Amino acid sequence: MSSEPLRFRQRAEELAAPLPGLLAEAEHLAATIQMGEHGRRRSGAGDEFWQYRPAMPGDPVRLIDWRRSARSDIHFVRQREWQAMQSVRFWADPSQSMNFASSKDLTTKARRARLLVMATAILLQRGGERVGLLGDANPPSANKAALLRMAETLFVMGSEAEYGAPDAPELQSNSQLVLVSDFLGDLASLELVIERAMARGLRGAMVQVLDPMEVEFPFEGRTVFQSIGGSIRFETQKANALKSQYYDRLKERQFELKDLAKRAGWLFETHHTDTSAASALMWLYQALERGS
Amino acid sequence: MASLLPISFAYPWLLLGLLALPLLIWLLRAVPPAPVLQRFPAVGLLLGLKDDEAQSDRTPWWLLALRIFALAAVIVGFAGPVLDPKTPPAEGRGDLLVVMDSTWASAAGWSRTRTTLEAELEAASRAGRRVAVLQLTDGTTEAPQFNTAEHWLAAVPSLVPHPYEVGVDRVLERIEGIEGNELDVFWMSDGRNWQGREDVLAALEELGPVRVYETGAPIFALAAAEFQDRAITVPVLRDVTVSAEGLSVAVIGPDPSGVERVLLQTPVEFDGGSMETEVVLELPPEIRNRITRLTLTGQNHAGAVWLSDDALKRREVALFSAQSEQEALAVLDPLHYLRQALVPSTDLIDGAVAETLLANPDVVIFADIARLADEDNAALIEWVEKGGLLVRFAGPRLAASDLSRAEEDPLMPVRLRAGGRTVGGAMSWGQPRELAPFAAESPFFGLEVPDDVAITAQVIAEPDPTLSARVLASLKDGTPLVTRKELGNGHVVLFHVTASARWSTLPLSGLFVQMMERLAISSQGMPLEEQKLEGTVWTPKQVLDGFGQIGLPSAELAGVKGEQLAEAPLSAEVPPGVYTSEDRQIARNVGVDAEQLLPMDWPTRIPVDGVVVERPQPLKGILLAAALVALLADALAALMLSGKLRREVVHGAFAAAAVMLFAAEDARAQEELPPLDPKAYAATREVVMAYVETGDTAVDEVSYAGLYGLGLVLNLRTSIEPAEPIAIDLEEDELAFYPMIYWPITPEQPLPTPAAYAKLNRYMQKGGLILFDTRDADRVSYRGTSENARKLQQLARQLDIPPLEPVPDDHVLRRTFYLLSDLPGRYYGPDVWVEAAPADAERAEGMPFRNLNDGVTPVVIGGNDWAAAWAMTENGNRMFTVGRGRGGERQRELAFRFGVNLMMHVLTGNYKSDQVHVPDLLERLGQ
Repeated sequence: MSSEPLRFRQRAEELAAPLPGLLAEAEHLAATIQMGEHGRRRSGAGDEFWQYRPAMPGDPVRLIDWRRSARSDIHFVRQREWQAMQSVRFWADPSQSMNFASSKDLTTKARRARLLVMATAILLQRGGERVGLLGDANPPSANKAALLRMAETLFVMGSEAEYGAPDAPELQSNSQLVLVSDFLGDLASLELVIERAMARGLRGAMVQVLDPMEVEFPFEGRTVFQSIGGSIRFETQKANALKSQYYDRLKERQFELKDLAKRAGWLFETHHTDTSAASALMWLYQALERGS
Repeated sequence: MASLLPISFAYPWLLLGLLALPLLIWLLRAVPPAPVLQRFPAVGLLLGLKDDEAQSDRTPWWLLALRIFALAAVIVGFAGPVLDPKTPPAEGRGDLLVVMDSTWASAAGWSRTRTTLEAELEAASRAGRRVAVLQLTDGTTEAPQFNTAEHWLAAVPSLVPHPYEVGVDRVLERIEGIEGNELDVFWMSDGRNWQGREDVLAALEELGPVRVYETGAPIFALAAAEFQDRAITVPVLRDVTVSAEGLSVAVIGPDPSGVERVLLQTPVEFDGGSMETEVVLELPPEIRNRITRLTLTGQNHAGAVWLSDDALKRREVALFSAQSEQEALAVLDPLHYLRQALVPSTDLIDGAVAETLLANPDVVIFADIARLADEDNAALIEWVEKGGLLVRFAGPRLAASDLSRAEEDPLMPVRLRAGGRTVGGAMSWGQPRELAPFAAESPFFGLEVPDDVAITAQVIAEPDPTLSARVLASLKDGTPLVTRKELGNGHVVLFHVTASARWSTLPLSGLFVQMMERLAISSQGMPLEEQKLEGTVWTPKQVLDGFGQIGLPSAELAGVKGEQLAEAPLSAEVPPGVYTSEDRQIARNVGVDAEQLLPMDWPTRIPVDGVVVERPQPLKGILLAAALVALLADALAALMLSGKLRREVVHGAFAAAAVMLFAAEDARAQEELPPLDPKAYAATREVVMAYVETGDTAVDEVSYAGLYGLGLVLNLRTSIEPAEPIAIDLEEDELAFYPMIYWPITPEQPLPTPAAYAKLNRYMQKGGLILFDTRDADRVSYRGTSENARKLQQLARQLDIPPLEPVPDDHVLRRTFYLLSDLPGRYYGPDVWVEAAPADAERAEGMPFRNLNDGVTPVVIGGNDWAAAWAMTENGNRMFTVGRGRGGERQRELAFRFGVNLMMHVLTGNYKSDQVHVPDLLERLGQ
């Protein structure tokens, strides 16, 4: 009689089991970056004192700081730092090509991408920003439950597509976008999204996550290359001869992405899964700070 | 066997397989390596790229070469190649003179000598040359005749090595007689520098250019075997320092059933570069006497065989004399001189007649025995008839008896006249008689008769038609002195005088010993030259051929005179072998000495062949191994080419293989280390007190706590700093590490096993101390009534406990650290027992101590339950109350002092008792 709830709970636990892992890892990563309150360096609505400035005509009387004004002959207005909350929307590529790690010691690109996203979200949430996933029906939120929900969604998401592209039906203004992918597929849909974001004045950052094997191309002899989804095959008789051509193509692709980012006023960075995730997180965090 | 110099093949037709190699080349080049499937997300970037060259689908040339090499190695390997760098016989002109040493030493490499000779003769036959073969050791004196090479080819099997050295003089004569034109000399040498080799070389060089062939076969040979200290010592020589592995000296002789077999085999070992070594063979006399020869295993030449003769044998001689009731002087013992003569060279047997005959002696000697029991008589007759030698000496009893008087006794060679005679005595006229020279047919012929042998009394043989044939020695007046008759296969010999010096001086002379030798009673093992062999004729019984095989002598080989046998060098007339004369055997052996094995150092002008030639080397294994390695490399290379292996992995694999090879050896070395007993390790690091586990947990805990507490006190007050006490199991643990063992007695504890008792006794002998504590002093005031005390008696019954006494007042135990008058524990028992001082211990200065085991008593026995008084918990609290109030604390203090004294006593021995001498020492120093 108690089997029904029992099974339900069991399933819930099964589902939840890896979740703390991702979350904990992301928390751990986020802890490597020390940060204070995430101020905007301008006066505005907020709790923190920003500056005194001489009262101007038109300032409401209640804004005058009498204690400061009493020490001089003019009136001073006490200004607070502007701490308007921002919303940041993330996209981690869920496509098949991300599920790849060239060696057992390395994490898959997908996992690294999710980790980066999650850790950045945690940092931002601590700074009081609202975070959310691109394409999520819920509005970005600044509470912890939103983080948990994000982690859950990141964990279960996946796509049959060989290469992924963000799709952004609605984009709010006054928010930032973070796109994490390997950007190895067709760039057309990506360009579309960025153009739309540009139109709304959104800023953002792109992180290209690559496996070292994709950078080094360490193949020799007769080789059949197959995409992770298995839908694309390419055969060569002498893989090492293709090395330089492959390098050129990869460079070209990265140049295109950088160019795209530049045009939109975005930032672009390449991250390899064999390097530390903390450096990428640092870059991403600073990029977001700069962008606001 | 097809030959493709210098490599020949066992199965040359297999080489046809090499023709298949081009096909393989075509096949390998046509087939590209299989592709590798690689999952790769960035494949999108690759789409549309083109391979710039199509060549890579072919096998690379070096891989092709590797595979072809591997296959070729397999094919050639299975064709059985043999590396045999034989130089072909040289072509020449004119006649060919083949000179062969064919000594015993050439037998070592004879098969190779023979094939070389055949090849040389075949070449000569092709060139149509005439050939003469000069064997330096064959018995002829004629110069060799030239004949066609075919003739000599047919004669090759009859050319065999001979078991002796080259007779140089004869050879030089033969060489002078050689007639030929434009001679080429081909000398097949045995490699040794025998005496006269230079002369022969000079003579041969006069005939024409000399080429030399040597097989270079190593020679191991036996030198003269000697009988020394009841063992046979055989020197073994070698001519080059090659390994003597597998070489052994085999002792060959008939087994009890008469079948010849190897009686003993002893390996030969040479020290480093030494050319000579000795093998000592220790054998029981019965087996030693059965030895017919010694051989070196695996050496098929005459120098590796040592035939044994009487010199290696020790006859077993049974001596009997009439028992004399009274003890006489040794020199009057009828057997004294016989013993003196025989002991150095024979094994003497004493005992009753019947038993002695069972031991089957070679000789039985009766000294003045007239009558035997009937069954002994019968047994003796049977024994003699089977080939025994009975030697009798006359004497007063024989003369007085009527043995062989009226009728010849089977065990007497002659009939005797009654009474015998006495000549030259005080009551008779005439001089003592002397010996006549020995007749030619006597076995004693050739022995010199000394002047001082005088016969004063003898028994007289009854004249008889058969008498003269039976006389071996007689006096100058013709009376027989030694007579002999055959009985069955054996002999009966009678000396008509006594074996002692009573009737004659014969036993005193050296002649007596020589006569014994001639009668084969004794053999001295003297060098042949020193033995008196003149006048004897020896017939060869067995002869050795050059290969060391034993055979029958050829018909034309007649008897050899003794002198010749003794002195002449071995030759066709005196071949090595076993010679017999009468009952004696002498063996002539090649008997190599070190000089005979010196290698020949040919002058540089003489070309020498063959020495460098090692045995043909089969190459099959090497080739197949190379093929295997090549195929392995091919497998790796194929993997690498197809991208399944990256280079680092290959390097890693090689490194791993190398590491594993070494690691395997390391691991083997480590496995051999014995495990370390942790208890022994702890016990030997520091001073450790031990207690015996009784099996009663409470008692064991108290023992531990007691020794722990005593340890704390020792630490505080003395320089003894014991580690934690250890519980020992008498059955399992080694006791030697513990200076003191505390053994509380409980009624329940089991008796130790005999092995444990042995260990305990050894422990006490070596200076250990066991403190037995019956822990019952509160209940008994006199000994032996509590069950603990009874248990102790039971336990101690098998212990090697010395006599005990209560600790005397002046015992060193009372003064090693503290001066103690009482030795209490938790209880105040009456007596504590220690080893008693010896009764004769001097009480000098009132301090008797036995100077045994450094004065440490092996046991201290008491019932005061010391452990309970000493017992402390980990944090130093006393576990038991002792006595009452202050008095109790004083008692505990005394108990600790006893413990301290005990440990001091154990560790310092009688050091303290030496203090008694301090006043004397001070006095001597003049203080």
